[in-house]
Amino acid sequence: MIVLAKEIQTAAYLFASILFILSLGGLSSQESAKRGVVYGIVGMIVAIIATVLGQGVAGHVYIIGAIAIASVIGLMLARKVEMTSMPQLVAILHSFVGLAAVLVGFGSYLDPKSHELTGAAHIIHLVEVFAGIFIGAITFTGSIIAWGKLDGKVPSKPWSFKGLQTMNLILLLVCIALGVLFCRAHGTEGMLYLMIMTAIASFIGIVLVMAIGGGDMPVVVSMLNSYSGWAASAAGFMLGNDLLIVTGALVGSSGAILSMHMCHAMNRPFFSVIFASGSGNGSGGEKKAMEGEVTALNHEEVAALLKEAKSVVIVPGYGMAVAKAQYPIYDMVQTLRKAGKNVRFAIHPVAGRLPGHMNVLLAEANVPYDIVLEMDEINDDMPDTDVVMVIGANDVVNPSAQDDPASSIYGMPVIEAWKAEKVIIMKRSMSAGYSGEDNPLFYKPNSEMLYGDAKASVEKLLSYLKA
Amino acid sequence: MKVGIPSEIFPSELRVAATPKTVKRLQKQGFEVYIQKGAGAKANFSDKDFEEAGAKIVATAAEIYGNSDIVLKVKEPSMEEVDMMREGLVTLSYLWPAQNQALLQKLADKKVNAIAMDAIPRISRAQKMDVLSSMANIAGYRAVIEGSFHFGRFLNGQITAAGKVEPAKVLVVGAGVAGLAAIGAANSLGAIVRAFDTRKEVAEQIESMGATFLTVEIEEDGATSSGYSKEMSKEFIEAEMKLFLEQAKEVDIIITTAQIPGKPAPKLIMDYHVEAMKPGSVIVDLAASTGGNCAYTKNGEVYTTPNGVTIVGKLNQLPNQASQLYGNNLCHLLDDMGKAEKFKIDMEDAVVSRAMVTHNGKINWPPAPLPVSPTAGGGAKKVAAPTAEELKVSEEEKSKKAAMSMLIRLGVVGVLLLLVGKYAPADFIQHFTVFILAVFVGWQLITNVAHSLHTPLMAVTNAISGIIVVGGLLQTTDDLSNPMTILAFIAILIASINIVGGFVVTHRMLKMFKK
Repeated sequence: MIVLAKEIQTAAYLFASILFILSLGGLSSQESAKRGVVYGIVGMIVAIIATVLGQGVAGHVYIIGAIAIASVIGLMLARKVEMTSMPQLVAILHSFVGLAAVLVGFGSYLDPKSHELTGAAHIIHLVEVFAGIFIGAITFTGSIIAWGKLDGKVPSKPWSFKGLQTMNLILLLVCIALGVLFCRAHGTEGMLYLMIMTAIASFIGIVLVMAIGGGDMPVVVSMLNSYSGWAASAAGFMLGNDLLIVTGALVGSSGAILSMHMCHAMNRPFFSVIFASGSGNGSGGEKKAMEGEVTALNHEEVAALLKEAKSVVIVPGYGMAVAKAQYPIYDMVQTLRKAGKNVRFAIHPVAGRLPGHMNVLLAEANVPYDIVLEMDEINDDMPDTDVVMVIGANDVVNPSAQDDPASSIYGMPVIEAWKAEKVIIMKRSMSAGYSGEDNPLFYKPNSEMLYGDAKASVEKLLSYLKA
Repeated sequence: MKVGIPSEIFPSELRVAATPKTVKRLQKQGFEVYIQKGAGAKANFSDKDFEEAGAKIVATAAEIYGNSDIVLKVKEPSMEEVDMMREGLVTLSYLWPAQNQALLQKLADKKVNAIAMDAIPRISRAQKMDVLSSMANIAGYRAVIEGSFHFGRFLNGQITAAGKVEPAKVLVVGAGVAGLAAIGAANSLGAIVRAFDTRKEVAEQIESMGATFLTVEIEEDGATSSGYSKEMSKEFIEAEMKLFLEQAKEVDIIITTAQIPGKPAPKLIMDYHVEAMKPGSVIVDLAASTGGNCAYTKNGEVYTTPNGVTIVGKLNQLPNQASQLYGNNLCHLLDDMGKAEKFKIDMEDAVVSRAMVTHNGKINWPPAPLPVSPTAGGGAKKVAAPTAEELKVSEEEKSKKAAMSMLIRLGVVGVLLLLVGKYAPADFIQHFTVFILAVFVGWQLITNVAHSLHTPLMAVTNAISGIIVVGGLLQTTDDLSNPMTILAFIAILIASINIVGGFVVTHRMLKMFKK
């Protein structure tokens, strides 16, 4: 077996790091995105080969075995998953990284070589192990809860109690205390402290994510993504491996900025989302009472409206994902476009349960991305729009965000659907959105409800449109 | 609140102030709707239609005027109708306040709050309630149809096996809403259309509708701040008359639409113009009700002059369509006035204060002038200027503050780094440097990612975070009984699932994105 010199390995690592940077950079536009994935794959292969062929690596059989088994599982998972359950998959994959970080941390502590260090270097190493496991454990359990919430296995309502923050703070202090004891222990005597800390961190991961409502899940998933990066980086520190450090830091900081972008889109302070401290910046006070009444149309009437309309905007939300309505919706869009109507999609930055979720679903149904517009691009056109169809979205078209300071989503930019001539809201029932806010849009005189499952409704509309 | 709609008593008034559609709308606004039996019959709306829409049918007008809070009407009420009205009633109808002083006085004496729909100011905000525009649109269209009917020839030119047909020539005088609608309708029927207006600013609108803009060789603009044109000088009128004479000899159909609010319509087509026209030609006078633009017009009549020119002084109102548009205009006004729940007569409101010609027993007419032309409104800039400066000042202060806090933060970071440098071993510092730089690179990379790519981005970063596999790789030994190897084995396994799964799923997603 060839063994690479340390310098060659470092050069290979540098190459892999560059490829990872190009990969993330490539994802910034549709055209270069596919190239970005290729860069990432090549980078990963280079990194793994350079590591395996490096000095002091043994057990090649086990390594190859593990990677082979994992590749089969990974392929099956990724092939089988439906686009609508993409968020769940991403969340569960994050938990794997977290668990791996925990295992690597324990492994590193058990490694006799690491105890040959002395003085400050030893302490620093122990701190690295401790921190790495801490972050890894939070990522692990947090991701599992996030997966559960996205998959509907755990109730998506925020689960919280008074003093949650205080409890978390106390637990954190306990962990720090354990860390001090751990650093003082000789040999592997600190194992007990390490295990207690892991248990506490796992618990913190659970309560942190439990306390966050389903509506904020996009932020949480992206935040966990960031955590998994930091965990990898910490592992890099404990193993003295620059590649791990660089890659982990790339993922960590990109995940963090992505979550901040999203919080910005929801106009929520970043920390209040992550630590679930109260929902939103509603200044309290009395909520506006709902005025007017909700009126509904049947499918035939809505189809007639669509036939008369010149310009139609579709606002999809999570409801579309649940009903898997993207295919019939695109059929309908094609029918309408053939009739010479200007039909476009308006996507709110936090629609769905994952950032960009709607875009992925629409892409799956072959909707060309030049008719899929962002909120800011389309809001100005709303007053000239004849019909807005809100399909399974709620909070992202809630006018309270603009005019009701008592609302928990006050200040969040929203799609101004109510400015159109007519708004059709396709919904199963009158229930509130993820934020739990009532939606005055439903009560506006120019809005009409169309009750029923999104997919069945769209199919019905389509049959009337084609008739 | 109760809204009542009486039948129109004027025999030639075929419209009604509500239709089944607007009745539904009124109910949505929160009103109870009462309509007199047979009110919609002339506009082809049956009582059954109204009942199905949710209105209650009332037998007599007296009940409507006596019990309603708001009465919707088309034509101005007669004196007898006013007698039936109760005190405090709000009425929405045409009133022509300038011509109907006695009626205004009577309404005021009765303490009726009457809104003249014809007095709605012609500003952008009030366009949706501007009945003059919505009705003029119908009239313009109908004028062409009516003219074409009496003309008795094709409007469009044709070359057939039986010979060539010349296209008809249509002259439209006055390019307001009605004029423009007439131009559009005549043009789409294939006629050659010319249009004349004293206001130069409408030239573009005329041309956009497909007509040639005719003008006289005298520099004078008839535009006024009210949106209507003013009366022109003697020289101008002479030149105009000359132009009309030339045109009269040539054109087949003349449609006149010139009206001046509160005054009789100007006489534009004189006896000698009519006499100059070819036999079989048609004049449609949309100003017939206010005296007519043509010297020969007889209001409400269609007749032919001795030289064979048909002059149309009456127009079918298309009552069904007209009622719908008129009803919508009324709904919009009620919308603006706060609907049923918050209904309020707001005399501060620019629209209501001008249209409300009698209020609390007083006559509120004529209103203060309200300029609408785009030339007016120079005040806005003055107000904006100082605020821009103020903004600049606060911007400067802000940036100063930002610079200060940045400086403090950098200082803190510097001190922390120094401490790390002092106590940490060299090896750590080296890793630390790499770490911090990588954080910045990651930060910069993601800042400009397209929003639609967030999900693939997350999947790819997720796959890349599987780099933790390297940690496991470094820890494996040949000894499977070593707990470290077992841990490493599991770590490699799950991290690799992550890598493969992450990349494959990203690839799958990206494959779907297409233009």
